[in-house]
Amino acid sequence: MYLVETGSEHKAGFIRKYVFSTDHKIVGLQYFFTAFAMAIFGGLLSILMRLQLGWPSRMWPMLETIFPVGMAGGVMSPEFYLALQTMHGTIMAIFVLTALFTGAFGNYLIPLQIGARDMAFPLLNMLSYWVYLLSCIVLVLAFFVEGGAPISGWTAYAPLSAIPESGPGQAMGQNLWLVAIALFTVSSMMGVLNYITTIVQARTKGMTMSRVPLNIWGMLSASIISIMVFPVLLGAGVLLLADRIGGTSFFVPAGLVMGDKLIPHSGGHPLLWQHLFWFFGHPEVYIVIVPAMGIAAEIIATFIRKPVFGYRIMAGCWIAVVALSMVVWGHHMFVSGMNPFLGGFFALATLLITVPSAILVLCWVVSLYGARIQFTTPMLFALGFVSIFVTGGLGGFFLGSAWTDIQLHDTYFVVGHFHLTMAMSPLFAAFAGVYYWFPRISGRMMNERLGRVHFWISIAGAYAIFLTMHVMGVGGMLRHSYDTTQYDFLKHLQPLNVFVSFAAFALAASQLIFILNFLVSLFRGPRAEANPWKANTLEWAAPAPIPHGNWGAVTPEVHRWPYDYMVPDGGEDFLPQNAPAAVLENKRF
Amino acid sequence: METLVHERSTPEVADAVDEVAQSPFTANTRKFGMWLFILSDALTFAALLGAYGFMRLTSPEWPEQSGVFDIRLITFMTFVLISSSASMAMAVFAAENGERKHTLGLLGATIIGGIVFLGCQAYEWAHFIGEGGTLFFNPWGVPQFSASFFLITGFHGFHVLSGVVLLAVVWVLSLLGRCSANGVELAGLYWHFVDVVWVFVFAFFYLL
Repeated sequence: MYLVETGSEHKAGFIRKYVFSTDHKIVGLQYFFTAFAMAIFGGLLSILMRLQLGWPSRMWPMLETIFPVGMAGGVMSPEFYLALQTMHGTIMAIFVLTALFTGAFGNYLIPLQIGARDMAFPLLNMLSYWVYLLSCIVLVLAFFVEGGAPISGWTAYAPLSAIPESGPGQAMGQNLWLVAIALFTVSSMMGVLNYITTIVQARTKGMTMSRVPLNIWGMLSASIISIMVFPVLLGAGVLLLADRIGGTSFFVPAGLVMGDKLIPHSGGHPLLWQHLFWFFGHPEVYIVIVPAMGIAAEIIATFIRKPVFGYRIMAGCWIAVVALSMVVWGHHMFVSGMNPFLGGFFALATLLITVPSAILVLCWVVSLYGARIQFTTPMLFALGFVSIFVTGGLGGFFLGSAWTDIQLHDTYFVVGHFHLTMAMSPLFAAFAGVYYWFPRISGRMMNERLGRVHFWISIAGAYAIFLTMHVMGVGGMLRHSYDTTQYDFLKHLQPLNVFVSFAAFALAASQLIFILNFLVSLFRGPRAEANPWKANTLEWAAPAPIPHGNWGAVTPEVHRWPYDYMVPDGGEDFLPQNAPAAVLENKRF
Repeated sequence: METLVHERSTPEVADAVDEVAQSPFTANTRKFGMWLFILSDALTFAALLGAYGFMRLTSPEWPEQSGVFDIRLITFMTFVLISSSASMAMAVFAAENGERKHTLGLLGATIIGGIVFLGCQAYEWAHFIGEGGTLFFNPWGVPQFSASFFLITGFHGFHVLSGVVLLAVVWVLSLLGRCSANGVELAGLYWHFVDVVWVFVFAFFYLL
């Protein structure tokens, strides 16, 4: 196994090589393993929630030993359920998916795919990871302070989040949550500043912007969104912290009574928090999905073995998504009391952003048309990504339109929708990426058969859980309710809840297959060839194992775009970007 | 390999080591990074000023600023800060021409401008607090007025302070002959940004 080779001349010790390293590959792997650990943690939280929802108020004596307060007497308390929901959302949306795509995949792949030796600011890059790790630790600490984790949801809606008396986790827990978010913001800014600068400034000779791999376009677009919306979250966090500890009232209205106590604030607006939060929160889903699209497009382009359709169209669509992503946030607020006229604008903008999304899907489907597709594990996951993205996206029409959203708001329809579009489909793209780049990183192949089993159970599980949630949502299943059997009109939906819980357990268990495959292949997998998928992009042209600095004496020179497959000269069916121009005059660029 | 990686830590060398594709912007890497930082910082200010606008529009009343602040002092502060931007621009010009003495003098003038601005701000805060203004109360009306006063001018003042420290570092490095013209220019970019933000704060918070 080699995860990274630092070169024989490199005399640095273990700590400098693998822990405090400025090498973008090490930083990328650090991001990957940290995000992966957080994903397991966040996943376990959702398992606990499914236990409660499937069998409300049932005794789980064993769990009492792990959570003596939240599961006192073996029964989950409502506050603990809300804390689980808050932490699951925060961890998965921000600390897993955001970190996994731009942090892990971005770090590892950007310099390699554009032929650079490292990020533009390697030290800043290393700091970005360490601040991220710190933010993870601070967030998880919230479980262990007095009162436990916050219960105000991953959106931290004010005034619930602004007033420490509003719940058990709202004092210290919410403070830690805010600090963790602020740290993550700083880490993310250091990261994306690097990614954008590297892509714009450090491309190797011949690597024009119209020749960079699709993955790079995805990373660039997501980084541009990040650098514009994370600062706004930081600003909102400063205001919320001032409300919480400085006694100001930016978000707290007058006359609020909590626990028989009149709250002394006046004049604030809870809507202001929602505007500021969603100005970040909605683009955030594009920060996750756009790099996922880039990875999927990259993998699809390799395994169709013919030139991908619509390279420029896709790049243009991502740029359009960047612009539109910042004017649609109000569709989260249709029932918040916002001016209905504004609602109309946001509904229109939301329907507008489905246009580039639909064109992207069209590009992938047209690329598949007439292709001799190689159904490898990464390709299966990439296709799974497209499938789930389309299915989940269809629900977006109903939620993006104010008139249907008013009916569906705060039901499981919303939960099912955003889990398909921004949780499951990016996760599938991430798995596709891991299976695809594993040989490049480790020098070994992952097991294909286990990969297929993992794929089919995962996709069946994802649909079973989240399509069922759509149905429950139409039936009125309440999103934040801890025990829906309390409501007569929801009792008949309980069998569906049990079904979803079982499907969730199956989905979680199937991930063990992946972990097993990953670990065994890391040590025992068959040796990989230098370019096992016969891909054209530059990362496969780097020496194996890849040294610190990535390339030999000079960086590679690029002569064409990355998708010259099915080359009509009778030899190999692919032509790497750095192959000398004399081999074949490129017709496309 | 080690040497190559090390050489890349200075961008001037980096560009010479490997032939890289032409950047669509003619900025060097560090300058480009600084522009991105400024973009993100500008959006943090935009969030604060946007929140301020939202609060002011939804508030039934808002204190008359001229009754609270001495607008002549604020105008003087603004004048000093904008003048320091001018001396900063001249310092960058001098640094590019290799005139170290001029650079040091002009940088010093810029630093003094920043300190005078901070002094005025400290005086203004002391005056405001002396009149009974706190984060959550003020004698002139809605508490959101003083909350946004402290947060917005405080956040901006923190930026000016950081700028003064940054310029002081550049001044010392220039004195030792260890600062490139590019370094002076980067510090200048940040300084101009801080000034431009103040123009918005001045207009939206004190004048309108």
